[in-house]
Amino acid sequence: MISVMQTIPATLASHAPAAAGAAHAPTAPGDSSAIWLILIPLLPLVSSILCGIYRAWGVTSKLPGYTTVLALAVSFIVTLTGYLSFGGAGVQIVHGFQWLNISWGEAHGQSLTANFSLYIDSLTWLWMLFVTGLATLIALYSTEYMSEDQKNGGYARYFSFFSLFVFAMSCLVMGDNLLLLYLGWEGVGLCSYLLIGYYYTKPAAVAAAKKAFIVNRIGDLGLALGMMLAFVEFGSLEFSEIFARVAEIQATVAAGGHVSWQIEAIPLLLMVGAFGKSAQLPLYVWLPDAMEGPTPVSALIHAATMVTAGVYLIARFLPLFALNPTSLAIVAWVGGLTALLAATIGMSQFDIKRVMAYSTVSQLGYMFLGLGVLTATGAAYHVFTHAFFKATLFLSCGAVMHGFAGQLDLRKLSGLRKLKGWGIVTLAMLVGCLCLAGFPFTSGFFSKDMILAEAFVTQGPGYQALGILALITAGMTAYYSFRVFFRVFCGPVEFHPSDDHHGDSEEEHEAHEDAEGHHGFHPHAPGWAINLVLMVLIVGSLAAAIPYFVDKENHGWVGGLVHDSTAGHLVLPTVAHGAEDAAHGAEAVAHGEGFWSDPHKWMYYVSGTIGFIGIGLAWLIHMTRRTEAATAPIADGLKNAMRPVSTWCERKWYVDEFYDIIFRYPLKILSHLFYLLDQLLVDGLVNFAGAVPRMLGRSLRPSQNGLLQSYAVGMGGGVAVILFIVWILL
Amino acid sequence: MIDTALFAQAAFPELMGGITLYHYLFVSAAMFGLGVIGFLARRNLIIMFLCTELMFQGAGIALIAFSRYWMNATGQVFVIFVLTIAAAEAALALGLVVYLFRRRHTLDAQAWAELSG
Repeated sequence: MISVMQTIPATLASHAPAAAGAAHAPTAPGDSSAIWLILIPLLPLVSSILCGIYRAWGVTSKLPGYTTVLALAVSFIVTLTGYLSFGGAGVQIVHGFQWLNISWGEAHGQSLTANFSLYIDSLTWLWMLFVTGLATLIALYSTEYMSEDQKNGGYARYFSFFSLFVFAMSCLVMGDNLLLLYLGWEGVGLCSYLLIGYYYTKPAAVAAAKKAFIVNRIGDLGLALGMMLAFVEFGSLEFSEIFARVAEIQATVAAGGHVSWQIEAIPLLLMVGAFGKSAQLPLYVWLPDAMEGPTPVSALIHAATMVTAGVYLIARFLPLFALNPTSLAIVAWVGGLTALLAATIGMSQFDIKRVMAYSTVSQLGYMFLGLGVLTATGAAYHVFTHAFFKATLFLSCGAVMHGFAGQLDLRKLSGLRKLKGWGIVTLAMLVGCLCLAGFPFTSGFFSKDMILAEAFVTQGPGYQALGILALITAGMTAYYSFRVFFRVFCGPVEFHPSDDHHGDSEEEHEAHEDAEGHHGFHPHAPGWAINLVLMVLIVGSLAAAIPYFVDKENHGWVGGLVHDSTAGHLVLPTVAHGAEDAAHGAEAVAHGEGFWSDPHKWMYYVSGTIGFIGIGLAWLIHMTRRTEAATAPIADGLKNAMRPVSTWCERKWYVDEFYDIIFRYPLKILSHLFYLLDQLLVDGLVNFAGAVPRMLGRSLRPSQNGLLQSYAVGMGGGVAVILFIVWILL
Repeated sequence: MIDTALFAQAAFPELMGGITLYHYLFVSAAMFGLGVIGFLARRNLIIMFLCTELMFQGAGIALIAFSRYWMNATGQVFVIFVLTIAAAEAALALGLVVYLFRRRHTLDAQAWAELSG
């Protein structure tokens, strides 16, 4: 990753702070002949198909894993090459093949074009670099992590879905029209469903997969409606066309014009899709349950990449969102409240993977807050740093889970730091926690500060309060991440394996069942693949801070990328910002005097201090006077002292129960009613239609008695009757 | 032109000159009736089969009589065909009866009532 970041200045040559978006690239996109860029989505697709074939052949070696790693690595190299060649060259449109082209008239808006083409600008490069890069690393990690499923064919299935996910994700990020984005959007949802339900014999995993899919359907409905409205309003689904129209509208707004309510409704609908995919407030409930999937999947899909699709969607359409300040305020508030809610739940969970899941929800909340307060740079940078440090954290949790037979309860693991062979995992966890906690000079510190500072700078409904909430959340984040670290990795050495022997062969465990000390359980330390990936990610997480110092003018490398992209030119219809601020767009700067008047300056110290307080509290509560894994005297004392609050948080604010009461139970009752209706009315009619012939048959059946003579009498009688009738008539 | 009806009457053999079409038809009807009664009254499969043959031949006599009466050979040719087929059918039917007997050791038609044929 380092080499990527050192090439930054090259990308900024084309950037000029143009006013009001008129001179921006989308009006005249560079039509690239670089057809080889299509390899980026194509290679994962090929790998997915190959893994499917391996599954059919019953391959039990590690071939599927290595195929996937190879395909993704080449895909990453192609991305990197593409970035180095075209990174600063504005928008590239690569035509793949014609997909849909329907026309029902000559006028504008009477044809629907959606090609398999790639729309590549600097925002796309940012996303694709970390998507393909992290996917490669996590695939390599998975080759070891999933090895116990080689025999039953799950290995090939896993990698097939894994590659398919990367294909769908690249369609989502690189598609040049909303329909292709939607295809990718649904594709990543499908792969998420398939991978959460990977252990399909486990009822909890199946339920979690269904929950993720169904909750996402609600969001996807919003996205679909937004897409349709965008087509009606802009007459096209292609980004170049849409952004050209948006630029026109921006020009009218800058001249004091109005925005129609239809245009204002588009961001409100797209937002719902983003909330679903990125697990924001009303729809976040699926993400914590999604931890039932294999841990590398949680790391890649449910922490680093897929869940940031919502952030990508809003960042991509930020000019459209900026035209409707209400939508931005909603995004900011939903993000801020989600961050706080998830942090309070994360503080009280005992399953370390769940803690990480809630921290993901919380960090995604920060990103939405960043978008809402118009620092697309902060949001995108936080996506970037979060992708690294959260992948590190999840993969460390995965290593623990792999080594301790699926044990994830922080009350049953302690002092792993002192075990042999766990050094790299401990270091990875420490680095991940430091970044997550926003420890000074780590990557998370800089990216979070950008968002926090901007919350205090930007004018908006209650944004100051939101900033304070976000600061409190930052303290909670530091506390709960180090709670996990101190409990699991520090303190006295103690561990109990979980019931499901996830990591090792079962015979081995049973052979050591001599019930001495740790029940004779021997944890197995991670092998080369896991350690290698963790080391790369440690370096990546720390190095993710470097881009902040490159290209200071644009607030870092990511800032340059965002500025060059469609998100770089915003026009706000409100007069509060004034014309000069509107030209600055996302990078609105407070022009105050002195230290305390500029949050960009004091935020470093304040958030750093809050991080320290959080870590210190975690140390005080969870490290001091602790003699065994299950209990920390101070923590338990505190928990008892404020039992209603801690129970409330531990039971996740009863949100699942609330949804059960308002959605699930009424639906269940309604479905029972319809079941009865079906049984009585519909089935009744059908059964009646069947009963009539049956009755008729029953009355006629005795005549068919098998006696030859009775048939003969019947026949003779019949002839006689006919003859008689004939005789009468004639 | 020759009155075909008179010609037919005149052509009957001398010794039996008093026998008319009605006599033949009476014999035919009697045979058919006996066959029907036998078929209905008896349960023995072979007897029932014989009765059907009796009905067959009754019908055959009527056909021949009409054929001779109208001086039209079609009826007689038809009867020849019927006789041929009846011979083949008799062989088949008797074979079946033997099989059925071997199965149940009885010739009673009611033994097979459960087939509900």
